[in-house]
Amino acid sequence: MYRYDEFDAAFVADRLNQFSDQVQRRLSGELTEEQFRIHRLMNGVYLQLHAYMLRIAIPYGTLSPRQLRKLAHIARRYDKGFGHFTTRQNIQFNWPALKDIPAILGELASVEMHAIQTSGNCIRNVTADHFAGAAADEIEDPRPYAEILRQWSSIHPEFTYLPRKFKLALSGSPHDRAAIQVHDIGYQLVKNDKGDTGFAVFVGGGLGRTPMVGHKIRDFLAPQDLLAYTQAIVRVYNLEGRRDNKYKARIKILVHEKGFEAMREAVEAEFAADKNELLALPQSEIDRISAYFAPPDLEERPAQSQALTARRASDPAFGAFADTNVAKHRQPGYGLLTISLKPIGGIPGDATAEQMELVAELAETFGHDEIRVSHEQNLVLPHVALDDLPAIYDALAAQGLATANAGLISDIISCPGMDYCSLATARSIPVAQRISERFADGPRAKEIGAMKIKISGCINACGHHHVGHIGILGLERKGVETYQLTLGGSADEGCKLGDITGPGFSYEDVVDAIETVVDTYVGLRTSADEDFLRAYRRVGMAPFKKALYERDSGSDI
Amino acid sequence: MTLYKNGSFVHDSWITIHEGEEISPAGHVIAPLSWWQAERQAFAESHVPIGIRVEPGATIDDFIADLPRFALIALVIPKFQDGRAYSTARLLRERHGFKGELRAIGEVLIDQIQPMLRCGFDAFEISDPVTQAALEAGRIPGVTHFYQPGVNEAPQAGARPWLRQV
Amino acid sequence: MSQVISANRLSDGIVVFRASGGAWVEQLRDAEILPDASAVKAAMGLVEKDVLANHVIEVAAFDVAVKGDHVEPVHLRDKIRAKGPTTHPDHGKQAAL
Repeated sequence: MYRYDEFDAAFVADRLNQFSDQVQRRLSGELTEEQFRIHRLMNGVYLQLHAYMLRIAIPYGTLSPRQLRKLAHIARRYDKGFGHFTTRQNIQFNWPALKDIPAILGELASVEMHAIQTSGNCIRNVTADHFAGAAADEIEDPRPYAEILRQWSSIHPEFTYLPRKFKLALSGSPHDRAAIQVHDIGYQLVKNDKGDTGFAVFVGGGLGRTPMVGHKIRDFLAPQDLLAYTQAIVRVYNLEGRRDNKYKARIKILVHEKGFEAMREAVEAEFAADKNELLALPQSEIDRISAYFAPPDLEERPAQSQALTARRASDPAFGAFADTNVAKHRQPGYGLLTISLKPIGGIPGDATAEQMELVAELAETFGHDEIRVSHEQNLVLPHVALDDLPAIYDALAAQGLATANAGLISDIISCPGMDYCSLATARSIPVAQRISERFADGPRAKEIGAMKIKISGCINACGHHHVGHIGILGLERKGVETYQLTLGGSADEGCKLGDITGPGFSYEDVVDAIETVVDTYVGLRTSADEDFLRAYRRVGMAPFKKALYERDSGSDI
Repeated sequence: MTLYKNGSFVHDSWITIHEGEEISPAGHVIAPLSWWQAERQAFAESHVPIGIRVEPGATIDDFIADLPRFALIALVIPKFQDGRAYSTARLLRERHGFKGELRAIGEVLIDQIQPMLRCGFDAFEISDPVTQAALEAGRIPGVTHFYQPGVNEAPQAGARPWLRQV
Repeated sequence: MSQVISANRLSDGIVVFRASGGAWVEQLRDAEILPDASAVKAAMGLVEKDVLANHVIEVAAFDVAVKGDHVEPVHLRDKIRAKGPTTHPDHGKQAAL
């Protein structure tokens, strides 16, 4: 993985000094709250319902054991012993004191981490496929490019005061696990007819109150033009994006109002006009950064693991875990192991300090020192020998981390909702907990099959509800929580926004409503191979609507 | 209101003209872009120094043809969070080679001075007392390491290795 | 509707409530109940100095229902602020109750 050189370390130290000074000036009263807010946000510090919240970047979701141990330490020393992994490959701490934040950032800097630009109207943490560098279907590891973008966008003098936040995501595989089409810019590594690798570029995707799927603005962008083309997009946005209404300030609105074709022409014109050769990425630099992401030296192993087969035969719980939580690695005999942070009835994305330390240890012992954080709020050990799975499973089970539900109905994305967030209009986490308890991770969950439920506690959609197979949006109506359902959304390469079922459901009834949707699906699917999304796309909304809203009038579903 | 330029407070030899006011034939005025657009014929043959004030909604195309005629361009920062002028400044300096004074006016605060300098501003109208005091004390908060080339900055050693080529 | 004034402490962000006399306290039960709009307005005038002195931020009044000596926020958001996350009964003010 990437390691800071002297320059990177000095940069982060520099920024830490700058922000420490700003915190001091705020505490002394030299800066007003309004003047300080923009600085604290640009360094990941929010004021939430109960206290400050610190959001720390985990660039492209890649962590070392040393870094994860440091996060555990911060959880214990400055928080209440846990952290919360988010849909943008960040970790949030919910209880830090402002006066301690410079010290926390100092601790982070010692392990090459920071909270720079995890909030504010700037280019945010650059995210990528959590299976990058290991997935069987990958064209090329996107993380070197993500790292190049991270560096270029850090404290960019021209792009620090954009109309609104700006999110970049990259995928190196045809199967998109990074939700790139709902980002401001999404980059998909592709091969052209000549066999060269480059990017298909999507612009103007986003969720929030006006969800939009990104438009493909470029079929093929040569890697050396990555920064220049990104600059062109962000510059057009900075100059033309709306600033009169923060709800209409994202690039998706500019693309929509200006028209995609006009946007494309403006970006291409800006790109063509820019003669700043310094932004052209030399191959030598791509190679230099790529070397940091060289895959580990994995010893050859048989494709079939005897240890795994033997344990599976004697232990069905282990078998279920191996079936659901291990994805195909490009090297035979290895797997990508998803460590679910969705224990049944637990808080999606939360991990205790002890759990973080265990995962760090497992990464050292069995995982070639690599950990990933997924936008689905789970952790991943990307290079695990199948032979080691029994030992890893036992260790995880001892810490409550062996839930066999990756990709199943209880693997729910949930924003913090009203339990923490000052913007929320309803609770999200307790809804996720109740759904998880209702379906659990046993045979019923397996029978339901692949299912992505995504919950947001307000219209800002941090829980990605629009692109959930089942999406849940918590709103407030006349002082009461109400939950709107959407069906058929998807964040992968077939990106689509879900359709609203109709009137919302109460906090009490929403889990029953989800169960009705699920039972309806199970009742109408052609076979267990037809997953919810495919079934929905075949039959449409009508049977679900009927089941949800006509139950009282004699429907027999 | 004070003027901070090239590292110190200096006397402002320019006069700001508002909409509808008479313009001195001696020049050295900063007039609204709209005034220039209305009066440009009358001043076509004159060589008096002219400055224009550009609101953030305007695009460079509105005045770029007359660029050589301007000794000063003042870009309005209506709120310190409004970053449009940063792009405009870079375009004027880098793409169009503007060599005159590039002045930030409006809500100009101390924490934005560094990024503005890096985008090519060289003069700042200051009215915020905290900013005034910090500049008087010679204190411009910021960082010293940059991942991007700034306007008129030599690439830093180590910033991005290929930038070392000059 | 009775109201209570709350804020967040600048130094650590913790939710505080205004007690009679002007102190900022951490538990709602110790807060001053302001019976009507004019009492709220008067109290809001008094907290101005605490904002200017940078002791507290995000000052706002919220509705409460008073039954005997029990005070309960009317809206869920304020209930959660006054107690702590519903998902973590051991965190926040509820831990001390």
